[in-house]
Amino acid sequence: MSAGRGYDWQWRLVAAIAAKEWRDRLRNRWVLAVALVFAAFALLIAYFGGAQSGTIGLRSTAATVASLTSLAIYLVPLIALLLGFDAVVGERERGVLDLLISLPIRRAELLVGKYLGLAAALALATLVGFGTALVPLAHAMDGAAMVLYLRFVGSALLLGLAFLSMAVLVSTLAHDRARATGAAIALWFGFVLVFDLSLLGILVASAGRYASSWAPYALLCNPADVFRVINVFGADALRSAFGLGTLLPQGWNAPATLYGAMAAWIVAPLGLALWRFR
Amino acid sequence: MQTGECGLNAAVVELAGVGKRYGATAVVRNVDLCCGKGEVVGLVGHNGAGKSTLFKMMLGIVAADEGELRLFGEPVRGRGFRDVRRAIGYLPESIALYDNLSGLETLQFFARLKFADPAGCAALLDRVGLGHAMRRAVREYSKGMRQRLGFAQALLGAPRLLLLDEPTNGLDPQAIHAFYDVLDELKRGGTTVILSSHLLAEIQSRVDWLAIMASGRLVARGAVTSLTATADLPALAWLLPRDDAQARVFEALSAAGFVPLREDDGSLRFAVAPARRIALLRTLAWLADALIDYTLTEPTLEDVFLRHQRAGALPEQRA
Ligand SMILES: Nc1ncnc2c1ncn2[C@@H]1O[C@H](COP(=O)(O)OP(=O)(O)OP(=O)(O)O)[C@@H](O)[C@H]1O
Ligand SMILES: [Mg+2]
Repeated sequence: MSAGRGYDWQWRLVAAIAAKEWRDRLRNRWVLAVALVFAAFALLIAYFGGAQSGTIGLRSTAATVASLTSLAIYLVPLIALLLGFDAVVGERERGVLDLLISLPIRRAELLVGKYLGLAAALALATLVGFGTALVPLAHAMDGAAMVLYLRFVGSALLLGLAFLSMAVLVSTLAHDRARATGAAIALWFGFVLVFDLSLLGILVASAGRYASSWAPYALLCNPADVFRVINVFGADALRSAFGLGTLLPQGWNAPATLYGAMAAWIVAPLGLALWRFR
Repeated sequence: MQTGECGLNAAVVELAGVGKRYGATAVVRNVDLCCGKGEVVGLVGHNGAGKSTLFKMMLGIVAADEGELRLFGEPVRGRGFRDVRRAIGYLPESIALYDNLSGLETLQFFARLKFADPAGCAALLDRVGLGHAMRRAVREYSKGMRQRLGFAQALLGAPRLLLLDEPTNGLDPQAIHAFYDVLDELKRGGTTVILSSHLLAEIQSRVDWLAIMASGRLVARGAVTSLTATADLPALAWLLPRDDAQARVFEALSAAGFVPLREDDGSLRFAVAPARRIALLRTLAWLADALIDYTLTEPTLEDVFLRHQRAGALPEQRA
C-alpha cells in the first residue's frame, strides 16, 4: 500500500469525531441547559446566599465564591460524569463501535476525539453559564474579586474535565450502559460524599494526631477537594472544614501543587482509558 | 488454481488456519480462504456458524486466536493496516447508525473518517436510492432504508474490497436487484466482494463461488456447479403407474435395484443416485406403456447446502 507505516497520528480524524460530539451536544441543547443551570445558581447564590444570615442582596465576592464552591463540588462532577459515561459504551451498545473500528481511525484517535469534543461542550457550558452570571455581578467587583471569581470558573472547568476523564475511563471499561451508569454514580458518591466523610472520620478517630502529615496529601487524591482548596483558600476555611490548619506542611497548597494535581486527574484516567481501549 | 485456494500470486484476502474461541467454545476453526481480485464470494452457513465472527477478524475488530490473516498482503492488526482500511468497505450485519443525524450527515461523518470526499455523499445516496430522504433523520428511516444507508457507507472511498454481512437483509426485491447491479458494476471495476447470506437461491446466481461454513469450519467451497457435483446427492423420482400395472411397475423397479415407496394415491417415490440415472432411464423405457406420468426432481443448492452443513456439524459439535 501507500506510505505512512510509522505511528502517524491523524488529527483530522480526531477532529471529525470531536466535531460530531460537539455538534450533538449543541443540537440536543445539552450545552444550553447546563449553561442555564450554572448561570441560575450563580445568580441565586450571589443575591440570596446570605439569606441564612438575615441579609438579602449582593454579598461579597469571597462569600459568593465560597458558597458557589460548595455547590459546584456536587453539581460539576455529576454533570461531567453524565456527559461522558456513555462515550464509548454507548457506541458499543448502539452497535456502531464495530463499524468505527473497521474504519481507518485508530482507537486512540477515536477516544481522544470523543474526549476533546465532550470537553469543548463542557467548557462552553461552564464558561457561558458562569460567565453570564458575571454580567450583573461585575459592577460590584474590584480587581481582586474578579480574580477570585475567574479562578472559581477556571477551576470548576478543570474539575469538570477531571471527572469527564474518569467518565470516559468508565465508559471504556464498562460492559454495558447500565453498568457504566452504576459506576459513574458510584464515582460521584465516592469522591463527593464518601471520601470527605471517611477522611473526617479517620481524623476524628485518631484525634488529629497524625493528621498533619498525611491529611493534606490525602486531599490531593480527590479532585473535588483540590477544587475546594483552590477556591476556599486559607487555613481558616480548612480548619473549619477539616479541623486542621495550623499544622499544615509548608507549600503543600502551592498553586503548582494544586493545579498539578488537577492536571494529573485529567490526564491519568484518560491515559488509563487509552491503554485499556486498544 | 482451484477456487478459494491460495495460489502463488498475491490474493486480496488470505486466511490461513484462522481460529477464534470464546471461553471454551471454538466459534471459528482452522479456516483457510483466499479471494482474488474482482471475485464475488458468497459466505453461507447456519445461524451461529461463525460468518460474522470471520468478518470481524478480517477487519481486526475481533482478534483471531490462531492463524494468519492478510488483506492486500498486509497483516490484519499490523502497523500498516490503517492504509488497507481505507480500501475496505464494511457493512455490519445489524447496521446501527446515529438516529439524530440525517442520512447525508451520517454519510459525511463516515466519509471524513475514511479520507473520502464528503462532497460525493449526495451522489452516493442517490445511487442507493436514498436521494429523496437524505435530509431526513435516520430515526425516521425504515429498516430497508437503514440497510441502504449502511451499504452507501460501505461504498465510501471507492473500496477495493467489500465485506458485506447479510447485505440484502431487510431489502425489498427491487432493492435487492439494484444492490446486485451495483455489485456487478464494482466487480467489473476489479473490486473483490465477500458477502454472507442465508438465502442460497438469491445468491447462487450472483456469486463466482461459495464458501460454506458449519460450526466454525469451512466445510466446502467452490463454484455452485462443482459443489452440486461433489455433494453426490440423489435426485427424487416420482412415478404414477396405471391402476392395472401397479404391481408390475413396483416389481420392475425393485428388480432394477431401486427402493420405491408406495403413496396412498398409488404413485411411487424413490431416490436415484447420480450413478443410477441411466439405469432408471432404461427401466422407464421398458415400463413406458404402464405409466401415466413421472417427474425427476434434481437436488437444489439448498439440499447441497444442508448436506454440507450436516457433514460439517455432525462429527463434533464442540471443540
Ligand atoms: N462476543 C461473543 N461472545 C461469546 N460468543 C460469541 C460472541 N460473538 C459470537 N459468539 C458466538 O460465536 C458463534 C458464531 O457467531 P457469529 O455471529 O459469527 O455467527 P453467524 O454465522 O454470523 O450467525 P448468523 O447467521 O446468525 O448471523 C455463535 O455461537 C455465537 O454465540
Ligand atoms: Mg452473522
